[in-house]
Amino acid sequence: MAQITMAKALTNGLRAAMEADPTVLIMGEDVGKLGGVFRVTDGLQKDFGEERVIDTPLAESGILGTAVGLAMRGYRPVCEIQFDGFVYPAYDQIVSQVAKLHFRSQGKLPMPIVVRIPFGGGIGAVEHHSESPEAQFAHTAGLKVVAVANPVDAYWMIQQAVASDDPVVFFEPKRRYWEKAELDESVEPVPLHSSRVVREGNDVTVLTYGPMVKTALEAAIAASEEGRSLEVIDLRTLSPLDMGPVAASVRKTGHVVVVHEAVVNLGMGAEIAARISESCFYSLEAPVLRVGGFDTPYPPSRVEEEYLPDLDRVLDAVDRSLAF
Amino acid sequence: MSDPELGDVFGPSGDGDDPELVQLLTPEGERREHPDYAADLDDEAIAGLYRDLVLTRRIDTEATALQRQGELGIWASLLGQEAAQIGSGRAMLPQDFAFPTYREHGVAWCRGVDPLYLLGLFRGVDQGGWDPRETGFGLYTIVIGAQTLHATGYAMGLQRDGVVGSGDESRDAGVIAYFGDGATSQGDVNEAFIWASVFNAPVVFFCQNNQWAISEPIERQTRIPLYQRALGFGFPGVRVDGNDVLACYAVTQAALRRAREGSGPTFVEAYTYRMGAHTTSDDPTRYRLNDELDRWKAKDPIARVKAYLHTTTAADDQFFEGVEQEADELATHVREGCLGMPDPHVLDIFDQVYAEQTPELAEQKEQYAAYLSSFEGAH
Repeated sequence: MAQITMAKALTNGLRAAMEADPTVLIMGEDVGKLGGVFRVTDGLQKDFGEERVIDTPLAESGILGTAVGLAMRGYRPVCEIQFDGFVYPAYDQIVSQVAKLHFRSQGKLPMPIVVRIPFGGGIGAVEHHSESPEAQFAHTAGLKVVAVANPVDAYWMIQQAVASDDPVVFFEPKRRYWEKAELDESVEPVPLHSSRVVREGNDVTVLTYGPMVKTALEAAIAASEEGRSLEVIDLRTLSPLDMGPVAASVRKTGHVVVVHEAVVNLGMGAEIAARISESCFYSLEAPVLRVGGFDTPYPPSRVEEEYLPDLDRVLDAVDRSLAF
Repeated sequence: MSDPELGDVFGPSGDGDDPELVQLLTPEGERREHPDYAADLDDEAIAGLYRDLVLTRRIDTEATALQRQGELGIWASLLGQEAAQIGSGRAMLPQDFAFPTYREHGVAWCRGVDPLYLLGLFRGVDQGGWDPRETGFGLYTIVIGAQTLHATGYAMGLQRDGVVGSGDESRDAGVIAYFGDGATSQGDVNEAFIWASVFNAPVVFFCQNNQWAISEPIERQTRIPLYQRALGFGFPGVRVDGNDVLACYAVTQAALRRAREGSGPTFVEAYTYRMGAHTTSDDPTRYRLNDELDRWKAKDPIARVKAYLHTTTAADDQFFEGVEQEADELATHVREGCLGMPDPHVLDIFDQVYAEQTPELAEQKEQYAAYLSSFEGAH
């Protein structure tokens, strides 16, 4: 079976969604002829036309604001925000309009909008191109938030997000766009809002999502060489959280490390730690530890490798948890 | 840089002598001709507009009273802006769609929205109970200017649905976006202008320049007449006497027709005045003078229509009495309906967040329901 990159898997997923439903539109900056700066929409305008793949003016609030109107008219817009740090001009439309219109209208105005955001660091970019703002959206009632970690999930989850009648903020780890995997389209996908154990283990549960899944898996391999068995869970969905597999794992291991690129302060790890303490208090052998970005703005790229959690920092947290 | 004279900037304060102001009915109730615009309305239809104006004002008066009596949390009065709203609202066809701010009670009336729905929002029982799709009237939008982008997006949807410029007048549709003078400083409004322009979207930007954004006068928002801004975005702008229901009707009708035909957006600046406070929580005596209010009182949007109708055979004393009686009945409907409005149940809010409920929110609801039921029987 042929290997496929995450970027290509997303393209194929979007293509399938557009073929399945003529109301699906793609809108964003440079998504047409250029195919997006990461080429995720490559070839779609050529095949589906300029009415369905819309090169927009350079105005993020405009992208989301017009998407609201298109959704009211029965369309399913998939909006591309070019980089994580550029989503903030659209923040008002996402938080005050997209997230709330279903509620305000008591269900009369569903908002089947997908906001695709390439996120995270590790590509040596200039400022505003490496951020991880997922917690800000998970904190907003009315939005659903997911993060993909591999090409297979990317292919299915983008189609599931487009099919969702709720707005979905869809985080794509930009440094993993070129990672490859085998994609068997005949295998049924798991539901969009479900977490999954991606490596079984017995000693420590490592919870993560997006770009850090690969890092956590590498840490698990390194740990196994030292005789430690890490269970790695790819959360996949950040809002709603799927705590079922998490609780089962914590009851088995009693040790938890949460890993994400976003700053630790009030990040996803904080919510996850609180929920684990509420539901698994007597199973815990150590406090839930968090590994993430420091509480600084994203740093200049020459030091980003030290800012970002890596295999060693994950293993350090594993050591501290087991030594508690 | 020295400040120019305000008169140079804004023209002669929008009175009938302003050559740029489209006016078809003077404050004295005299009809005027305009080279570009005419209202295709007979006197019976004008009497109908009069009825709309009076009833809308009565809804507003009653709602203000209900707020004063503690029945509404707040009310945003449209006093003085009835002609701008009825004129533009009546220019819409059933298939058109309006995106309002939170003050478009007159447009809501034209779209057949029961005023009780408007009161429900200000009473705090819901956040907009009417059906936007059924009425062609979007939800009230309190974040200033956000709805202009929704209007533009909806208009782009009409284009994709093939109901713009098809030549079938029974199908072709347009969109009208309402906003105020303050909103023209918002990024979203300027983005909406750009999008509508480059996509040639069938949207009418209907700005009610009521001279005040709470306490900030129009000269804090602009140094050129607002309608002239449209040129910079690449579409036509028109200033209309916002207290002249015939002119508002004629200009909006022309703009909507242009939109439906596929000729793109138009900016309409309805030059009017907010006769009341920004909302019932505001105190305009802190920032504006009574002289100004008195000058605008002389341009009342309803009095001039009544004066005109008196010169016709379309409306006799019986007609005017009938409208007053209808207004009284409407006021009773508004008052009794408001007082009889049931409060929402807190457990319902959990079900309205998502189209597909999440397990964690369902669990929160369940836990809170259990908490509430733990008080049952306790005193």
